[in-house]
Amino acid sequence: MLDSSIPNLREDTLSSLIFKNAAVRGTKTAIREKDLGIWQSWSWANVAEEVKLLAGGLAAKGYVRGKNLAIIGDNRPRLYWSFAASQSLGGVPVPLYQDAIADEMIYVFNDAEIEFAIVEDQEQVDKLLEIMPQCDKLRCIIYDDPRGMRHYDHPAVMAYEDVRELGSKILNEQPNFIDDELSKCHTDDVSVILYTSGTTSKPKGVCLTHKSCIEVAKGDMGFDNYTDEGEILSYLPMAWVGDHLFSYAQSIVTGFTVNCPESSETVMIDMREIGPTYYFAPPRVFENLLTQVTIRMEDASRFKKWLYEAFMKVARRTGLDIMDGKKVSLKNKLLYGLGNMFVYGPLRNNLGMSHIKVAYTGGAAIGPDLYSFYRSIGINLKQLYGQTETLAYVCKQPNGNARIDSVGTPMPGVDIKVGDKGEILVKSPGLLKEYYKNPEATKESITPEGFFKTGDAGFIDQDGHLKIIDRAKDVGVLNDGTMFAPQFLENKLKFFPFIKEAVCFGDGRDAVCAFINIEMDAVGNWAERQGLGYSGYVDLAGKSEVYALLQDCIEQVNQDLANEDTLSGSQIKRFLILHKELDADDDELTRTRKVRRDFVAQKYEVLVKALYEGSNACFIETQVKFEDGRTGTISADLAISDVKMIHSTQNLAA
Amino acid sequence: MNETDRKLGPTILKAENISLAFGGVKALTDISFEVKEHEILAIIGPNGAGKSSMLNVINGVYHPNAGSVTYKGNVRQRMKPHEAATQGIARTFQNIALFKGMSVLDNIMTGRTLKMNAGFLAQCLYVGRARNEEIEHRKKVEEIIDFLQIQSIRKTPVGRLPYGLQKRVELGRALAAEPTLLLLDEPMAGMNIEEKEDMSRFILDVNDEFGTTIVLIEHDMGVVMDLSDRIVVLDYGKKIGDGTPSDIRNNKAVIDAYLGVSD
Repeated sequence: MLDSSIPNLREDTLSSLIFKNAAVRGTKTAIREKDLGIWQSWSWANVAEEVKLLAGGLAAKGYVRGKNLAIIGDNRPRLYWSFAASQSLGGVPVPLYQDAIADEMIYVFNDAEIEFAIVEDQEQVDKLLEIMPQCDKLRCIIYDDPRGMRHYDHPAVMAYEDVRELGSKILNEQPNFIDDELSKCHTDDVSVILYTSGTTSKPKGVCLTHKSCIEVAKGDMGFDNYTDEGEILSYLPMAWVGDHLFSYAQSIVTGFTVNCPESSETVMIDMREIGPTYYFAPPRVFENLLTQVTIRMEDASRFKKWLYEAFMKVARRTGLDIMDGKKVSLKNKLLYGLGNMFVYGPLRNNLGMSHIKVAYTGGAAIGPDLYSFYRSIGINLKQLYGQTETLAYVCKQPNGNARIDSVGTPMPGVDIKVGDKGEILVKSPGLLKEYYKNPEATKESITPEGFFKTGDAGFIDQDGHLKIIDRAKDVGVLNDGTMFAPQFLENKLKFFPFIKEAVCFGDGRDAVCAFINIEMDAVGNWAERQGLGYSGYVDLAGKSEVYALLQDCIEQVNQDLANEDTLSGSQIKRFLILHKELDADDDELTRTRKVRRDFVAQKYEVLVKALYEGSNACFIETQVKFEDGRTGTISADLAISDVKMIHSTQNLAA
Repeated sequence: MNETDRKLGPTILKAENISLAFGGVKALTDISFEVKEHEILAIIGPNGAGKSSMLNVINGVYHPNAGSVTYKGNVRQRMKPHEAATQGIARTFQNIALFKGMSVLDNIMTGRTLKMNAGFLAQCLYVGRARNEEIEHRKKVEEIIDFLQIQSIRKTPVGRLPYGLQKRVELGRALAAEPTLLLLDEPMAGMNIEEKEDMSRFILDVNDEFGTTIVLIEHDMGVVMDLSDRIVVLDYGKKIGDGTPSDIRNNKAVIDAYLGVSD
């Protein structure tokens, strides 16, 4: 396939692979973006050209080997090219979450000694100009979207077009400039620094190499048979390891097409238009989609409702077996076929999942109902397990052997050990090189034998499947010695469509109590159907009817727990519904929407006290931060409700 | 940044001694003011002060009993609203006046009507000039959709949208006519704080990006003070104040009209 007339076809760095793609599949579409209602495409040859121009421009502005480049914004082609341009010059791209709070951003900018940043639009430029006085090194901000930028005459601010223009000048003078730079890159060089969300401490920069990105992408490609005919939709934050692997490295290695949605609000519509073949989303996205389906079915006509319910019953009965390639009776096969025609097919189409060959979820536990829903309607949804430090490459569920309670079997080249306190230790081709400028953390996290300490507690069952229970450090005990796995409980709660977020307390206490955040859409819709009036979130959250609804949900969780030997003692005794949604802007969640349990416990100390004191209500006033940085307060009288604890059958018998 | 380097142009609209009466009710009495090019002018006043009547005079819905309107240097004779539209005056309404059953895209497209030149038959058959024209108009409309960030509702029927978004679509339709003078009748009525902030941003952006002159009626004083270059205050059909936001904030007649006079 290789053409000897094309120079520099190295395959050991991501940037050189782009140029190889331009040579071997130059006319094939590499990336699309919807703009002004039309999908615009760039072939691999176009992409290689754009990368060259941008790299030339960056070099002209003084960006050189070894420097880091901050990238902030939505998933845009030009921002993906920025990764490649930086890598072509031997630099290291550092994508940042665009909704990161100022402190976090300043920290990363200073830690990574950022001089150059490429951002999406005015919003990001404003943010950077604001923090600029605290980031001494920052000297060049390049923006992609010129809207609203006409009046900026700050010397550090520059349009992408102008940089590109500089690039074309450089390339005219030195046509071999990029090739020379490329040839100086090494496969063991750091290719990207991804800052981890920092549930407990300051963010840490995870350094990954070209080699690890390429090996992981090849491993995944072989495991699930990716081809360059594939289509994916890139809509998850570019700073997240999943997007970097899937939309960037994987696309370059496999050669499939990346599609950038028009805006974050149009993702559903764009997904329907594109019909991706591979799809990667955290569980909450699948959950949101199912919630929407459920809500719309509630509002459908009676006949459609009946049809949906009847065939979903069939799907629940036989869908999983069909997906796993097991034998089913002819009658069930026929029924499923009919269902596919009337319900599952149209539903998949509506979700934009008609063409999906394989869909993944990871990053958090997925509810059994949610998981089986997608698999039973013919979507090959599989769990994977991994973290930023392992480039999301540890375990995946193999086709035909996907089980809800496991995250799959180790990927080719991955070695897993179970350490102290059930902690999972991993050796993977995707393993980080080091934490950026933090040898201490590196030493702490990687054992002398080269295993990464994941911090997750779990075990490998007799079939070789990995099962994760909780964070190793979060597992605690109640005063009576019962094991308390908060995340396990919270996940069980969150599997109810009415519950958006839950925080459980119990370590070192007599019983388990919980904070609940309701899911506004689902509960709001439920309230409407009950003819229950409400004025807003706070009002709805405080309704006694809503409390009763949630009480039912929690009792079901207790019922479930009663059947599990080790955890039956950690049933939830009391709960309250919070008056505000937990929010990353208020530091209550991490950017990847994981609850900061200790922070929440501290912030709402009064409420926790009230829960354990046995009072029936508690007044609270909370400060909230709006998106534009201003603050306000919300106050409410919160009710506290008791839940029936269920005695397990075993206990009764004994 | 905007305030310092935005240049106001010459007078684009001049109202002189306008009086308007409906039978015995004097809606407007002897009102004069000027609007400069690229300016954002707010007309404020208590209910029934004659604000909407004034807008209706400007775009030709009402004909004043006395006085004259000079637009772009021409003293205006009796004219009809569509003539105002051809001269580059577009407006939105206090009570949204969109086609509820039509999509956002189609609604904004209607704002292009005056710019469509192809014949009826050609448009029906979608051939030749009509086709190129349609593409050209669609592009313009898409730019407006992008500008107002309503891509996600492009094909949604307007009737299904929440109020705040409908207001935004109505602004989009007015913008589709590429107006030089944009009249906004209570663009933020009934909106929550977040929607008001969005709308304010869009109004400033329109003024800034397209250089459109804007005359708006608004009740929210915070919004008015932030947005406008100049404010005209009406009370019982009479002008009681005219000046920059800070002038108006300290104007005794205005304070009296809004807060009442203590004896």
